Amino acid sequence: MLKALIGAAAAAALAGAGVAAEITGAGSTFAYPVISQWSSDYSKITGDHVNYQSIGSGAGISQIKAGTVDFGATDKPLAPDELDKSGLAQFPVIIGGILPVVHINGVGAGRMRFTGPLLAAIYLGAITKWDDPAIVKINKGLKLPHATITVVHRSDGSGTTFNWSHYLGQVSPIWKSKVGEGTSIQWPTGVGGKGNEGVAAYVNQIPNSIGYVEYAYVIQNKMAWGYVFNSAGRFVGPSIPAFQAAAATADWAHAKDFDLVMTDAPGAGAYPITATTFVLMPKHPKDEARSATALKFFRWAFEKGQPDAARLDYVALPPPLVKRIESYWAAEIK
Amino acid sequence: MTTAAPLHDGGAAARRHFRRRGGAGDQAFRLLTGAMALLILLVLGGAALSMALGGRLAFARFGAGFITSTDWDPVGRRFGALVPIYGTLVTTTIAILIAVPMSFGIAVFLTEVAPRWIRGAVGSAIELLAAIPSIIYGMWGLFVFVPFMSNHVEPWLNDKLGSLPIVGPLFTGPPIGIGMLTAGIILAIMVIPFISAVMRDVFMAVPDALRESAFALGATPWESIWRVSLPYTRTAVVGAIFLGLGRALGETMAVTFVLGNAHEFTKSLLMPGNSIAAVIANEFTEADSDIYRSSLIALGFLLFVVTFVVLLGARILLARIGRQEGARA
Repeated sequence: MLKALIGAAAAAALAGAGVAAEITGAGSTFAYPVISQWSSDYSKITGDHVNYQSIGSGAGISQIKAGTVDFGATDKPLAPDELDKSGLAQFPVIIGGILPVVHINGVGAGRMRFTGPLLAAIYLGAITKWDDPAIVKINKGLKLPHATITVVHRSDGSGTTFNWSHYLGQVSPIWKSKVGEGTSIQWPTGVGGKGNEGVAAYVNQIPNSIGYVEYAYVIQNKMAWGYVFNSAGRFVGPSIPAFQAAAATADWAHAKDFDLVMTDAPGAGAYPITATTFVLMPKHPKDEARSATALKFFRWAFEKGQPDAARLDYVALPPPLVKRIESYWAAEIK
Repeated sequence: MTTAAPLHDGGAAARRHFRRRGGAGDQAFRLLTGAMALLILLVLGGAALSMALGGRLAFARFGAGFITSTDWDPVGRRFGALVPIYGTLVTTTIAILIAVPMSFGIAVFLTEVAPRWIRGAVGSAIELLAAIPSIIYGMWGLFVFVPFMSNHVEPWLNDKLGSLPIVGPLFTGPPIGIGMLTAGIILAIMVIPFISAVMRDVFMAVPDALRESAFALGATPWESIWRVSLPYTRTAVVGAIFLGLGRALGETMAVTFVLGNAHEFTKSLLMPGNSIAAVIANEFTEADSDIYRSSLIALGFLLFVVTFVVLLGARILLARIGRQEGARA
């Protein structure tokens, strides 16, 4: 019904203007697969083209500030005062999960258990053997080798790293003070692979290694992921309901301009290492028609884009959050 | 080598000829080729200048510390280039140490030893090897060569060399297969086609009269190569090594696959490291602060400087060898 309405509206717009609108966006590589899939589906339905370039979050932010694109996308939310300064509005568009994966002989998917502080200690280089008492304690019944852990991380700057390091900072004060969070950080130990595929390849190649990879890659490559202990005190495995639970229980009500990183969300079933990509748009666009087209595209994506997202192993925003975003649009983007 | 001197006077006679005959066509030709040569200088100078300008924020903030610091902390915004410079030099050194003797052997085999049909087959194979894109070397390296290194070569190195004094620390550490030694070997495989193809061509170009004279004087094939062909083609051979050196210094994709991209300073060749080109390729897209971006561009400038210094060093070495030989003669 709604699709038909949008289609009709688009057809009317087409008849009126004679040409389809084309808008441009740039930024996050994390969200690129899903935004480009949405864009291709959306243009089939409405004729409007959304041209999205995955040039990286940092570059996306500078492009939207410079006004060269209609929207920017970043994995790291901007603070409200920075948004105010540049006259930008910000809202989340898509959720994904980040999973710890291991390569240990005889340990398959869903066998290992991790807590946040344990992951932080491994990535700090404080725990260096797989049979360390801290690991064995929560993995009774698993045969873990007396082997050196090889830590694998991303070598390129990425939203995945931002959310991973943000999570480790949430659960480990030492991580927060020694390393901090960012799209690139100074790793205390380990080897770096380029992109999710690089980390996945290194973990597959190096015995006794541990890495962190986006949900889609883990599922598609059948990697040995582990459960993670969440802040409600449960070991949670990665699943679309678990990611959505994190998005639903995160405290959006108190986050001005949606400035919130969802890691370590409080819900009982919430998966603790979830990542969000945020879209940035001018509050007072120079070209209102283009801005309206962009909003129409995101509205369509929120309402009709779930199948695309699910097929690519991303998670659509839960309906209450979508409502909140739509009222934010009405209030902020003129 | 006095016989070689009159054979190549560097085209001085031809140049004199050009200058004397000042026809309009010649004039235009001179201007045109001159402009092309000048353009190279302009591009080179422009590239160096723009990298220096782009990196000036980093140089101003960190000063000489940028070159001597092992820090690379995008969160704290402290940057130092020592680890990538070191990684670049170490991997390139390994590559050249392996590639030069191998290429020399290949070229000698192809010009002096091999029957004609093998010459053609191996020659084409080398040229094909040179045409493979570097990312293929990287993927082959990661999926095929890294497991081989980690299962067979590195445990052996650990065992046999790891406990030796002096060189021992170079071969310690867990045999994960990813690291500077693996990157150096992959680089060697990548530059061998370039060096050996040029060496083969220039050895072929040695006038038969020279080699036949050597044989007539009772030289063995080895003596004819080492004492006649090599000195005669020395400049071209060194040029071939420069070509390989340049490629090894700037190689990005293949290196980033097998080097491990770790900003850690280690003595061990088996441990992961980083190279200038790999850092830039990895981190530029998400460099989210001015000083971060500037540091990456400054790294590019340093690669330029490193390449220049290495090539200059090689040229000085060459000139010194030339002088010594002159003195001996």
